[in-house]
Amino acid sequence: MKSIHARRRADRFFARMFSLAAGLSVLALLAIFGMLLINGLRLFKDISLSDFLFSSDWNPEAFGKPTYGVLSLLVSTLLVTFGALVIAVPLGIGTAAYLSEVAPARVRDTLKPIIEILAAIPSVTIGFIGIVLTGPFIARQFGLENGFNALNGSILLSIMALPTIITVAEEAIQAVPNSYKEAAYALGGNKFTTLMRITLPSAFSGIIAAIMLGVGRAIGETMTVLMATGNAAAMPHGFFDSVKTMTATIAIELGEVAYGTTHYYSLFAVGALLFIMSLFFNLLAETLAAKYRTKGQ
Amino acid sequence: MNIANNNTAQWIGLKILALCALSVILFLGIILFDIFNKGISTLGWDFVFLYPKKGMTEGGIFPCIAGTILVTMITAIFAIPIGVGAAIYLNEYAADNFGTRLIRASIRNLAGVPSVIFGLFGVVLFVDALHMGSSLLASGCTLGLMTLPYLITSTEEALRNVPNAYREGALALGATKWEAISTNVLPSAVSGIVTGAILGLSRAAGETAPILFTGVSFYLRYLPGSVYDEFMALPYHVFILSTQHHAIEQVRPLAYGTALVLLLLVLSLNVLAFIIRYRYRNFKAQ
Repeated sequence: MKSIHARRRADRFFARMFSLAAGLSVLALLAIFGMLLINGLRLFKDISLSDFLFSSDWNPEAFGKPTYGVLSLLVSTLLVTFGALVIAVPLGIGTAAYLSEVAPARVRDTLKPIIEILAAIPSVTIGFIGIVLTGPFIARQFGLENGFNALNGSILLSIMALPTIITVAEEAIQAVPNSYKEAAYALGGNKFTTLMRITLPSAFSGIIAAIMLGVGRAIGETMTVLMATGNAAAMPHGFFDSVKTMTATIAIELGEVAYGTTHYYSLFAVGALLFIMSLFFNLLAETLAAKYRTKGQ
Repeated sequence: MNIANNNTAQWIGLKILALCALSVILFLGIILFDIFNKGISTLGWDFVFLYPKKGMTEGGIFPCIAGTILVTMITAIFAIPIGVGAAIYLNEYAADNFGTRLIRASIRNLAGVPSVIFGLFGVVLFVDALHMGSSLLASGCTLGLMTLPYLITSTEEALRNVPNAYREGALALGATKWEAISTNVLPSAVSGIVTGAILGLSRAAGETAPILFTGVSFYLRYLPGSVYDEFMALPYHVFILSTQHHAIEQVRPLAYGTALVLLLLVLSLNVLAFIIRYRYRNFKAQ
C-alpha cells in the first residue's frame, strides 16, 4: 500500500490535469477567434472595411487591381443556406413530429439509427453525390448545361442539416408536458389538431433552436458546396446560378495563396466573418433551447 | 364542425408527417444505393491493397486507406485523453459556477465551429507556429481539436450514468477521489466512453476540410515513414478523383470505389458503436 502522502499527491495531480483538460476548450475557442482576428485584421491595412463588406467583387488574383469584396460570397452562402432550409425545415419538423407523436415504438427504434447513419455520412460523400447524381438530375430537369449551382448545393445541404434539425426538434417536442396534450384531448381535439395547435406551438422555441443549429451547420459546411456549386465568384441572381460560398473560397484559395500576402489575410477575414456568423446562430440556438428546457420542468 | 371532415383532415395530416419521415429514409437510401451499386464492381483485393498506378487512372487506394487509419490513430491519441479528462473534470469535480458554465458554453460553441476554420487554425498553430509542417501530426492534432467537443459530451454522458453509490462506496472505504474514479467510476463507464470515442473518430476519419492544408497529399509513392510526413487519405482522394483529376470521367469507377470504401469504414465504425451500446444496455438490464 502506498503512503497516504503519495496517494494524496496523485489525487491532487489528477484533479489538476482534469481541470487543465477542461480549460483547454475555452482556450481553444479563444485561440481560434484570436487567430482569425489577428490575421484577418491585417487585411484592413491594405483595403478599407467597407470595401471588404460592401463590395461584391472578389478577385484577389486580378492583375493590377485585386479586389476583396466579400458580399457576393456572403450572399452565396446565405442563398444556399436559405434554399437548404426551405427543404429541410418542413421535412425535419414533420419527421420530428412523426417520431415523437405518431410513430409506434418499433418504427421509432428503427428510424432513429437510420437518422444517425445519415448524420454519419462524410460531407465529401454527399458532395460526390452532388456531382454524380443530383447535379446531372438538375441539369436534365431544367435543361441546363450543368447542374453545379446554388440549387444543387441547397438540396445537398438540406440532407446534411436534416439529422440536426430532426434530433433537436424531436427533443423539444418531447419536452412539452403531457398535461398540455391531455387537456386538448379532453376538449375533444384529435391527434393531429392537438399536434398542430398545442404541441408544436408549445415547442416553438425549441424548434427554432433546431432550425438555428441547422443554419449553423449549413453555413459552415465546406466540402459539399465546394464540390457541387460550381464556384463562380459572382453575385448570384437565383438558384440556377453557380455560387462560391465563403467556406469554399477559403478551401480553394488557401492552397494557392502565398504566405503573408493581402490575399492570405483576406481569407482569414472571411474566416472571421464565418466564425462570427456561426457563433451567432449557435448562441441563438442555445438561448432558445434554454427557454424550452425551463418550460418543460 | 363536420366530424367526418375533421377525421379526414387528421388522416391526411398524419400521413403527411409519415411521408416526411419516409423521404428522409429515401434520401439515405438513394445515397447508399448509388454508391454501393456503382462502387461494388471496383471493390476487390487489388483495389484495397495496391498503390494507384498510371496517374491514378488504375490500381488501388492502399495508401489512402493506410493514411486515413494512421491520421485517425493520431487523432485518437491526441483527443481521447484530453476529452476524457475534461469530461471527468466536468462531471466529477466542477462546481456549478461561472467557470464551469464558461467551459460548457465553449464546448458547445466549439462543436459549431465550421470544419474549414479548424483547417485554418491547424495551418497557423500546428503547421506554422509549432513547426510540425504539413504532416500526419498536424492533421491529427487539427482533427483531434475538432473531435474534442464530441468526445467530452459523450464521455460526460457515460459518466453521468454511473450511479452515485459507486463513488460513495469507494470514498466511504477511505479511497481518495482519484482512486474512486479510477477503480469504480471509469470501469463502469468504459463502454459508454468507447462508444462515443468510436463515433467521434468515425466523423474525424471522414473529414476533408481540416486536413486539406495541414498534411494531406494528392499522390505519394510511399507510406508516411514518420508523423512528420505527408499522407494520402480516403476523403481527400474522393475529392481529387471527382473534381481535380485530369481524366475525371475515366476515373469515375475509382471515385465510386473510394467513396464506397470510405462509406464502409464509417458505417462499420458506427455499427461497432451500436453493438457495444446495445450489449451494454442488455448487461445493465440484468
